[in-house]
Amino acid sequence: MKVEKPIPVMNKLQLISDENLGDIERAKGEGRKVIGFYCLYSPTEIAVAADAIPVSLCGTKNDPIETAEETLPRNLCPLIKSSFGFAVLETCPYFVFSDCIIGDTTCDGKKKMFELLNRYKTTHVLQLPQNQDDAGALPFWREELERFKKLMEAETGVTIDHHRLRKAISLQNRERAARKALMDVNREKPAPITGSQMLEVLSKVAFLADKEKSIALMEEMVCEAKEHAFRPRDSKSNSRKRILLTGVPVGIGSDKVVRIVEEAGADVVAFENCSGYKKTFQVDEDADPLDALASQYLQTPCSVMSPNGGRFDLLEEMVRGFGVEGVIDLTWQACHTYNVEAFQVNEFMEEEFGFPTLHLETDYAQSDTEQLRVRIEAYLEML
Amino acid sequence: MRHAGIDIGSRTIELVVVNDGDILSTRQTDTGFDPMAQAGELLNGMDFDRIMATGYGRNLFEIAFDAPTVTEIKAYGMGVSALIPGARTILDIGGQDSKAIALNDMGAVKKFEMNDRCAAGTGKFLEIMAKTLGFELAEFGSEALKAQDDLHINSMCTVFAESEVTSLVAKGEDRRAIALGLHQSVVRRAVGMIKRVSSEGPIVFAGGVAKNPCMRRLLEEALKQEVLIPEDPQMVGALGAALLSSRMKT
Repeated sequence: MKVEKPIPVMNKLQLISDENLGDIERAKGEGRKVIGFYCLYSPTEIAVAADAIPVSLCGTKNDPIETAEETLPRNLCPLIKSSFGFAVLETCPYFVFSDCIIGDTTCDGKKKMFELLNRYKTTHVLQLPQNQDDAGALPFWREELERFKKLMEAETGVTIDHHRLRKAISLQNRERAARKALMDVNREKPAPITGSQMLEVLSKVAFLADKEKSIALMEEMVCEAKEHAFRPRDSKSNSRKRILLTGVPVGIGSDKVVRIVEEAGADVVAFENCSGYKKTFQVDEDADPLDALASQYLQTPCSVMSPNGGRFDLLEEMVRGFGVEGVIDLTWQACHTYNVEAFQVNEFMEEEFGFPTLHLETDYAQSDTEQLRVRIEAYLEML
Repeated sequence: MRHAGIDIGSRTIELVVVNDGDILSTRQTDTGFDPMAQAGELLNGMDFDRIMATGYGRNLFEIAFDAPTVTEIKAYGMGVSALIPGARTILDIGGQDSKAIALNDMGAVKKFEMNDRCAAGTGKFLEIMAKTLGFELAEFGSEALKAQDDLHINSMCTVFAESEVTSLVAKGEDRRAIALGLHQSVVRRAVGMIKRVSSEGPIVFAGGVAKNPCMRRLLEEALKQEVLIPEDPQMVGALGAALLSSRMKT
């Protein structure tokens, strides 16, 4: 087995991740509230503006699914089952620390799960419209954010004014800009950061409570990556096929497709999903802050939106910008919206770029590793 | 130079040796529970310079015999193109999986689909159903073709279909009609898969299930075109691997 050399900046990430729970505990001790978030559609800025700490919640590992299935049906998205299992088992420290949970109606499975989750911890569910362009959609969503703001004010005792919201938007914009800069490093050929390294960084950073720490760390990583600190330059890496992963979010524990692609000698250079590049937008800092948050977050191009034209614009830009040679479209089992949209994504790729996607439907378990491997290897052979 | 191709499938292992594109010899054995021992035995006494492995056991073979590998998708594309030049669509139904492959005009893989992770609609499904109805596997297709009526079977899962078959038997239905209904259900699924990639002819049907005459007849009816079957449909993958080995730069 090849022994990998330790990468100083990855060690630093580990160190900061290890300090993270301590940071949160200390902040809680000082009276700050912790708000748990599940989905990219919920603007964390509103929690930040109330001086609360927004945290991502666990949901990317297979371990708690068995417990979740004592309550939830087996034929349900693993992300929903994992999230619920982590909460019930109290194995997600961020869930344990959370004073309340913010969910939104991104999909039918989630919204029904949130009803049950509310039995374990107060869960506020934001009603997300299913369309971005109809005249009623944005005002409705803005109303929901207004309600969310009041909920945060009641939870924290802080009055959220424009000034506080603007400050929070500016901070989160800086964080998203740092994430984008980090992912954009891989526009270079060969990609300076491997797909699994990128996935590890993005996953761990998402849990960090201290935004200034995570911004500084990502900025440092950009410099390090350009100096080839993540992977040594070698002549062979130029021949590795450049793959874009689209579809459902991935994280530590739900990364098997990324691993198999790498084992088959290719690179995942870009992630067109809500754990990756969808989280790189900028919110207008000059407009009315709640207007700006409502309109920008609603534009998130998730398959729950109908239609979801933004995803195709984003795909087009990324496939060109990252010099992508193949697209793997990942669907978690029972995620109907991504599963159906896979047809349109394949059609779009064939028409615009002349190659088909590889559509994979799987869950978090390892039982189909070899079946996935043969599909991925055959796809790479074909490109 | 003699090039060998070995296709280690879930049910059987095939070996083909070629020289300059000509097939010198072919061999076949059951995979059993120790595929590498079976593969070793199959290679015993065979004369070749290089070998390439395909099939679900290819990665095991790569470690045990230090040989290059190729997926069965590419191997089938190559093998079919060599046997039936100009073929555009391949349906392969093996022991535990099935796939539809579209080829471009150069014979290269353009697009493919594979079945889900279970053995629904594969050779294993037909094997278990034949046994449930008391037919020999080799006669299952020809017996089904003798049916007077066609029964609709809904279940594709081997476990559910077995209970459905049992209740049909209990109702006194003719076992040949049940057999025909089972073949129809496999064909419906296969046609769906073919249509997802392409149904441009010529269409070639390969893999162990291609030996079943009922499958061929029903496929032709459903696709409304002739379905070609190579002389030895189980050897296609191994032949493709042998030919790919001979094209490999050293």
